[in-house]
Amino acid sequence: MTATLLLEQVFNGLQAGITLFLIAAGLTLILGIMDFVFLAHGSQVMIGAYAASAVTIATNNFYLGILAAIPITFFCGYLLEWLIIRHLYRRDHMDQVLATFGLILFFNEAIRITFGPAALFSNFPPSLAGFIEILPDTPYPVFRILIILVGLVCAVAIHLFVSRTRVGAMVRAGASNPEMTAALGINIKILFRFIFAAGATFAGLAGMMIGPLTSVEPGMGEPLLILSLVVIIIGGIGSVRGAFIAAIIIGLVDTIGRVMLPMLFRTFMSGPTADTAGPALASMSVYILMAVVLVFKPTGLFPPKGA
Amino acid sequence: MDNKIITAALAAGFLASASVAFAETIKVGYMTTLSGGAGIIGKQMKNAVELAMEHKGGKLGGMDAEVIFVDDQRKPDVAKQLANKLIKSEKVDVIGGIIWSNLMMAIHKQVTRADTLLISSNAGPSPLAGSNCHKNFVSMSWQNDQTPEAMGKYMNSAGVKSVYAMAPNYQAGKDMIEGFKRFYKGEIVSEVYTKLGQTDFQAELSVLRAAKPAATFIFQPGGMGVNFVKQWNQAGMDNVSKLYTVFSVDGISLPALKDTALGTISTQTWSPDLDNAINNRFVADYKSKFGGYPSFYAAQAYDTILAIDHAVAKSGSKDTAKMRAVLAAGDIPTTRGSLQMNSNQFPIQNFYLREVVKDTDGVVTSKIIDTVFENHGDAYAQDCKF
Repeated sequence: MTATLLLEQVFNGLQAGITLFLIAAGLTLILGIMDFVFLAHGSQVMIGAYAASAVTIATNNFYLGILAAIPITFFCGYLLEWLIIRHLYRRDHMDQVLATFGLILFFNEAIRITFGPAALFSNFPPSLAGFIEILPDTPYPVFRILIILVGLVCAVAIHLFVSRTRVGAMVRAGASNPEMTAALGINIKILFRFIFAAGATFAGLAGMMIGPLTSVEPGMGEPLLILSLVVIIIGGIGSVRGAFIAAIIIGLVDTIGRVMLPMLFRTFMSGPTADTAGPALASMSVYILMAVVLVFKPTGLFPPKGA
Repeated sequence: MDNKIITAALAAGFLASASVAFAETIKVGYMTTLSGGAGIIGKQMKNAVELAMEHKGGKLGGMDAEVIFVDDQRKPDVAKQLANKLIKSEKVDVIGGIIWSNLMMAIHKQVTRADTLLISSNAGPSPLAGSNCHKNFVSMSWQNDQTPEAMGKYMNSAGVKSVYAMAPNYQAGKDMIEGFKRFYKGEIVSEVYTKLGQTDFQAELSVLRAAKPAATFIFQPGGMGVNFVKQWNQAGMDNVSKLYTVFSVDGISLPALKDTALGTISTQTWSPDLDNAINNRFVADYKSKFGGYPSFYAAQAYDTILAIDHAVAKSGSKDTAKMRAVLAAGDIPTTRGSLQMNSNQFPIQNFYLREVVKDTDGVVTSKIIDTVFENHGDAYAQDCKF
């Protein structure tokens, strides 16, 4: 493997990691701050992708699709919290798992009824279809670089919001002691609702950005949800910084493992055996990493202070 | 008085049974996947079966007919239960459909042993074509290896020197590459097995770009095909390597791919532009009724009903042995022309090379550009002894 190829794989890993971070950021706050097990976060990704694709198809304008999809996903998150989630905060985790698993089935079926079972057409506009030479003779798609940039901007914005703003301070206070925060006159219920809706919007944004790359179909968010759960466990539940670092690690390990492990196995095994063992181990690599982290740091790499 | 009642009752009973005998009904159980991610395939097959029944005026071979659709949910255990229900409580005469090979392997024994005719609309696993074949099993599709064999032969004869092969890491993925290699004699640069259900292939495409193979052969069915072809196009890979596919770009994925799939090459036994009276009527009516091109799955589902119609009409009966004898004799009118049968009751048919093009209305579809195999039988028929 040459250095340029390795660099290209680092970019691929970064892009995958950034996408995961956008999904995991909301999930880690919902689980960490609200102590709420929310399994239907993958559905928010699907809603974002469908909203953007449907508006893009109707208006024939990709940017309009994104502009419309952002408020749609925010509103969906807000409505979901108000209708269902707020009634479940005080229930035990098993009830939350059951209820939000039911929501996954509901959303997948609702999308199937509305848009049909076939994958929806989605592609980015020709203006974003170009390439940038990240190194001489190594073209990299502009759209994927754009995903990395948007993700980084979101990461910085979330970090500044949580650590520097007054509302961010309320979020952190609400996380460590909700009763005391409420007693100080802060409307914790409205606060939670906005965190939930913001988390849904970031997950939706991930869906909008990967929609043109993958097939927009019912249930598209679930494989990403599983990886996001791995991310927040490795990063430390409730920690946005941890989620960011863990997402990048997972993106890199998964991408580079998938490419390198089969090559590595072929150096000391026969072809067919290596072709079976390599990809099998590669698909397990992120879970092995999670297990190792759990053994040595059961609260994750960057648990929030006071947790 | 009592006698009169008994006589009347007997007469009524006799008349009732006589009327049943006069209006004999053939019952067909049609099993496909209607829910979950592959639900779109089952939906197209159900559409095609309903269209076939409409074309036949609701009768099969002139006999009153009833079709019962069941959803196997792509689960072998569910398929087994449904097959049992169709045989024992619905008492169907024929079971048709079945997309997936593992589901077919799960149900074929119980169906064929119950002396019910089993007609595959898609799955063609090698054991059922060879040593485990059964006289009550008939295929209206192909044996799994044949389509990649056709691609292998085409690429060999087209003088493609080296190829980079990619398929998901599961049994069918490996079978497809084996079938391909049976007829392709050039160099295989690399065999890459991706994760089943993988959504992003960018990492694999980066490696492929660095390897610069003249040709790339893929088997990525369903949503994986949509992802792969889209990302292939977005990464500008057409300038690096030429893409050859089997079961990855079809009537199911084209509406999601549109222009990104233009120029993609695949092999198949059927194509919407196959020019014969049955196919022209099928494609035209399917498009006007369901608003879009049918896929090969739909065509094979349509052919399954035509085969039952032919068997009943020619034998004048819904008896399994008699229907089977008609089908084994071949000459079955289908969307692929008059279909001949091999000794293992799999079709002997042509395999075509297809290219993705735009039709006159600007809709993306497949068009035949060459015939790779004429009257091609599968490699397992010699092992089949009924």
